[in-house]
Amino acid sequence: MEMISKFRDKDIVKRLLDNIYKESKADKIYNIMEVCGTHTMSVSRFGIRGLLPKNIRLISGPGCPVCVTAQGEIDMIFDLLKHNDVIVAVYGDLMKVPGSDGRNLLELKAEGKDIRVVISPLDVLKLKNEQKKDIVFVSIGFETTNPATAGLIDTIVSQNLNGFYVLMLNKTMPEIIDVLLDDNELDVDGFLCPGHVSVITGESLYLPIIKRDKAAVITGFEPVDILYSVLEIIRQINSKNFYIKNNYGRVVNSLGNEKANKLVDKYFELADSMWRGIGVIKNSGLKIRKQYKYLDASERFGLRPSDKSEIDGCKCGEVLKGKILPNMCGLFGLACSPENPVGPCMVSSEGACAAYYKYEI
Amino acid sequence: MCLGLPGKLVEISEDKTFGIVDIAGTKREVSLMILPEDVELGDYVMVHVGFAISKMDEAQAEETLKAIMEYYDGDDIEIQG
Amino acid sequence: MISTTMKLGGGGKATNDFIKNYIIKYFGNVYLNELRDASKLMINGNISFTTDSFVVKPEFFPGGDIGKLAVYGTCNDLAVSGAKPKFLSLSLIVSEGYSLEKLDKILNSIKHAVEEIDVKIVCGDTKVVERSEEPSIFINTTGIGELAVDLNNYNKINIGDKVIITSDIARHGLAVLSERNELNVDTEIISDCCNLYKIFEHVGYDGIKFARDATRGGVAAVLNEIKEHCNKGFLIEEDRMPIEESVKYLCEFLGFDMLEIANEGVAVLICENDRADEIVLKLKELEIAKNASVVGEVTDCEKVLLKNIYGGLRVVEMPDGNLLPRIC
Repeated sequence: MEMISKFRDKDIVKRLLDNIYKESKADKIYNIMEVCGTHTMSVSRFGIRGLLPKNIRLISGPGCPVCVTAQGEIDMIFDLLKHNDVIVAVYGDLMKVPGSDGRNLLELKAEGKDIRVVISPLDVLKLKNEQKKDIVFVSIGFETTNPATAGLIDTIVSQNLNGFYVLMLNKTMPEIIDVLLDDNELDVDGFLCPGHVSVITGESLYLPIIKRDKAAVITGFEPVDILYSVLEIIRQINSKNFYIKNNYGRVVNSLGNEKANKLVDKYFELADSMWRGIGVIKNSGLKIRKQYKYLDASERFGLRPSDKSEIDGCKCGEVLKGKILPNMCGLFGLACSPENPVGPCMVSSEGACAAYYKYEI
Repeated sequence: MCLGLPGKLVEISEDKTFGIVDIAGTKREVSLMILPEDVELGDYVMVHVGFAISKMDEAQAEETLKAIMEYYDGDDIEIQG
Repeated sequence: MISTTMKLGGGGKATNDFIKNYIIKYFGNVYLNELRDASKLMINGNISFTTDSFVVKPEFFPGGDIGKLAVYGTCNDLAVSGAKPKFLSLSLIVSEGYSLEKLDKILNSIKHAVEEIDVKIVCGDTKVVERSEEPSIFINTTGIGELAVDLNNYNKINIGDKVIITSDIARHGLAVLSERNELNVDTEIISDCCNLYKIFEHVGYDGIKFARDATRGGVAAVLNEIKEHCNKGFLIEEDRMPIEESVKYLCEFLGFDMLEIANEGVAVLICENDRADEIVLKLKELEIAKNASVVGEVTDCEKVLLKNIYGGLRVVEMPDGNLLPRIC
C-alpha cells in the first residue's frame, strides 16, 4: 500500500512538524477548522493535536453526516421501523444513534426489527429477502456519498427493480459553509477542506472562504497530508495571502467529478434540510425528483421529520459550529460516553465528541 | 465525512460499469458508474461506499511528496514505501 | 438420516445410537466409555476450572470451525491461567434439520483438536431444539486443568513489567466476518484459532507473571480488564504491534480499530522486564508465535495508552461490544 504508506512516513512528518514549529509565530493563535469527520478521526487517531504547538488549534466542524442530522430527521428512521414488513438497510454509523425515546437501532434489532448494515448502497440489492419485504435504504452523507445513492436509484430505475425505496437524509456543503462564515462568533483563520468531498465538488466550493480572507486547503487523510496542509494554512495566514490550494492532487481534480454531479442532478433536487443545533437551512439537503418520487420512502411510508428538539444539555450543535470543544459540554464523559451516547457527536465514531473521548488524553 | 481507501483494479467488467479492487489482499466489487476517468487493470482508484470516485494519479502523489521536500532547507530524506 | 431430528435428543434408541456411533467412536476413552451419569476423575493438587459456549456463525470459517474453537477456546482459557488442560465436557445443542454431515465434520474436528492438546472428553450431552430460522449448532465445553502456576494473580503485576503479544492480531474476527458474506468482501485472512498450551509447553513459566488470551474485544479489552483490576496502566507502541498488512488495511477499509478485533490464538503475557526479550526469542521458535513481540510495558498512569510512530498518544478504551463497519 505505497499509496498510503508514503503519506505516513515518519521522517516527512518530523520535517513538517519542524517547519510548523519554525514558521508559526509563538504570540499568535492559529484557529484551523477541519470540516470533515474523517479528518477529525485522523487527527485524533494519529495524535496530531498533541504533536502541534499549543497555539495551533484544530477545531472540528460540521462534517459528520450522523452528527449534523437533526433529531427530527433521525426519528423518521424510527417511525419507518414501526412498519413490521420492511427491511431497513443502514450504514453502521447509524446503529447507535438514539431516537427521541432514547432507544437505538441495535436495540430495535434485538427486538426483532429487520435492520441490516451495509457498506455500500448497492449491497442493498443483494440482501437476503425470502419473504419479499420492502427494502428501504437510509441514505445519509454529503457530496462524496450522495452520488452513490444516485447510483443505487439509477440501478433500480434502469433495471426496473421492485420493492426498493430510499429515505433521503443527505446534505450538501455550500450552504453550511456560508452559515459558518456568516457567524460572527466563529473565530477561524483557515479550513482543512474535505478531500473526498472535493473529489466530487472541485475547488470552487471554497471560494466563499477565501473571499473572507481565510485559508482553504484541500487535504487528504494521512498524517503527511494533514500536516502539509496545516503548514500551508500557517503560511497563508502569516503572509495574509489567501487562496485555494489543492494538496490532495493525487485524488482530487480541481474541477470535480462531473459524471457524479450529473447523476446526482438527474435524480435529486435541492431541498431545505434540518441541521442539528442549527435548524433548517434553505437548500442544504437533497430530495428525490418528482418523477422518481415512487422510490421515496418518506412518500411510501408517510414519514415527516418530527419537531423533537435535541436532548436537554446536549451541546452537539455548538460543537458542530466549532464554538466549544467537546470536553466543554457539561454531559461529556459523564452522562454522555460512546457506550451511552446522548448526542450524535458521541454516537458516530467520527463525531468530534467520540474522537475526543476515545483518542485525546 | 467520507472514509476512502485506494484500491488496485484487478478486474473490469466488459461494459466497464463494475470492477474488482484489491485492497492489500482483500477483494471487493466496486461500481465504476461515476468514475470519470478511463481506467485499466492495475490502476488505483479511490473507493468510497463501494464506488470508485476518482482514479488515483501516481505521478501527482510523487509531485506532492516532491513539493513537500521543497519546503525544507535541509538534506534530502529517503521516503520509505 | 441426513439431518438431525428431535428424536436424536429424545433419550431413546436414536440417542443411544448417536452416542455409540458418533460420540464414543470419536472421543472414546476410559472415562467416557463407561457412560456413567458422572465421570470419576483423579487429579493431584490445584485445578483450574472454566466453561465457555460457542455460537459462532458461520460454523465453518477459514482456519477453523465451531468444533475446533470449542476445544481450543476452553483449553486456551485453562492454559493462560497456568494450567495443563486435562478434561473436557462437551454439550451440543443442535436445531432440528441441522445437516448430519456437517455435524459429523464438526465432531471430527473436535476429535483432532482434543488429540492435539491431549485432553480427554469425559462427559457430555446432546439436545435437539425446534428449528427457528436457519438450522444451527451451539456448543458448550467445560474444562478442568492441572494448575502449574497461577497466571491470573493481578497482584504480581508491577510497574515496568513488559507486555508481550504472542502472535499477529485481529485475524479471527475478520476471517469470520468476511465468511458471513454480508459485507461482500473477499479476503484470504485465516483465523488464528490454535492451541495456546503449546506456548507454555515450549517456553515454560519462568519470567511470565500473568497471561490472558485476547478473544472477544481483542487486545483492547484484555488490557483494559487487567488495568481495572490492578490499578496500573499500560503504554503500548503501535509499530511494535504484530499485524499482517492485509488485516490492517481491511480494518481501515471497514473503519475498525485493530485492537478491538477478536483473536483465538493470541495471548497477552506480562513478563519480568529483563526476561521479556529472551521469552520472545523462545516464542518465535513456534509456528503459532513466530510474530511474537514485546509491545509495551506496565505504567503507573491507570490508562491504556497507545503511542503511534510519531510519538502521538491516544487512549485505548474498553470496546463497547459492537463491531460496526462505518463509512466515515
